[in-house]
Amino acid sequence: MYEQISKNKHLSYFLIVVMTALFIVLGFSIGIAAGIGWFGLVIAVVIAVALALTSYYKGDKIALATSHARQVTHEEVPQLFNVVEEMAIASGNPMPAVYIIDDSAPNAFATGRNPENSSLAVTQGLLDKMNREELQGVIAHEMSHVRNYDILFATLVGVMVGAIALMADFFLRWSIFGGSRRSNDNSGIFGVIMMVVALALAILAPIAARMVQLAISRKREYLADASAVELTRNPNGLANALEKIAGDTEQLEAANRATAHLYIAQPIKKFEERKRGLFDTHPPIGERIAILRAMASGGPGKAAG
Amino acid sequence: MVIGVIIAIVLVVVFLGGIIMIYNRLVRQRNKVDNSWKQIDVQLKRRHDLIPNLVEVVKDYMSYEQEVLENVTKARSQAMQASGPAEAGKAENMLSGALKSLFAVAENYPDLKANQNVSQLQEELTSTENKIAFARQLYNDVVMYFNNKVQTFPSHIIAGAFGFQAREFFEVPEEEKEVVKVDLR
Repeated sequence: MYEQISKNKHLSYFLIVVMTALFIVLGFSIGIAAGIGWFGLVIAVVIAVALALTSYYKGDKIALATSHARQVTHEEVPQLFNVVEEMAIASGNPMPAVYIIDDSAPNAFATGRNPENSSLAVTQGLLDKMNREELQGVIAHEMSHVRNYDILFATLVGVMVGAIALMADFFLRWSIFGGSRRSNDNSGIFGVIMMVVALALAILAPIAARMVQLAISRKREYLADASAVELTRNPNGLANALEKIAGDTEQLEAANRATAHLYIAQPIKKFEERKRGLFDTHPPIGERIAILRAMASGGPGKAAG
Repeated sequence: MVIGVIIAIVLVVVFLGGIIMIYNRLVRQRNKVDNSWKQIDVQLKRRHDLIPNLVEVVKDYMSYEQEVLENVTKARSQAMQASGPAEAGKAENMLSGALKSLFAVAENYPDLKANQNVSQLQEELTSTENKIAFARQLYNDVVMYFNNKVQTFPSHIIAGAFGFQAREFFEVPEEEKEVVKVDLR
């Protein structure tokens, strides 16, 4: 279990390094090919950072509002509150605000930039269909996203992907509108080659960045599973819950592409049914369950693929 | 010459800074250990507070089970009066055992289970048992982290110099091992 956690953490950082390298390579090649025009680029990056800060500080309220979640108290749902409190105690963190989504599809998500400012939302379907230990596994997973600072992590990664996309876009427009005429520094063959390289990167980099972002997202899901077991010491609870969620074919109406990555399992059912791919925010549920079961039988489990 | 002096000063500052950082981390972690130990007491006390209510509600339905109810009440007062962690530990274990018997016996009384107040109280008590277990788990987790820092290089040097000592884990005695993490559904 601890091996899972550290392997996943290291892989996530490695992927961030890859992302940064992509950013630098793209920027560098554009710089060589273009020679000018940094001002517009700086503006674009500033905007990206501003958007990121907004999503970092206000993102949880936005996510809760779009999911039509309503806040609840201990009196309304004592068992849910108790389960959340138990996980708060086990993690040594304060309680998040608790919300319910009125939908019968079983799912849950947590948002918040740190444990002191976090919220947890579960669907009515989850409360109805899970028993206490399964509910505990799901809640532990969601609270682990917050305590692993996955929201911050995802925001950072989102900024970088956005900046890469903006930079590439900016460069492509600039070269389409004949900016290369202004750049007299590069002459002859070298200039042309750099231009071709820069163009190729500008087209491919945003796609590559997105794929890295999704790979990171999948790793963090495995990490949240392992962290959940660190809290509950009960891998079967979460494994059973995931099995039930996987078997449930109902569509979660409140979810859409923008919020799908926040939920414990892919809420858009037709994405889940697709074969395993590089464009999934969540790892395949079968593999998550297998890793959890392996933890239960005492093995350390291989690093999540 | 001047460069050499500047480098020396920078190195000294970095070195001292490192020592301060390690010391502070040790202090913070030790405080976490103390805090999580107190948290266990908070949950144990919560259990003491919940029990009189439970006994009140239940005794009308379980008039033939006086002994079980009395065991719970007796165990509770013993736990509250216990002095010192060893005695308190044993008393709390006995209370857990008494409660377990009470829940087991309550299975035979469908009227009791149907009662709203009782099921709410049962949930609260189940949760309290879980919270005691998780508080102990957290205590052991932070103790492990603290002991690692006290024993591994380089922080063990600082720890030794300032008198930080490894702490003991909380051990669960054999009898109590089945009580924790009750699942009611």
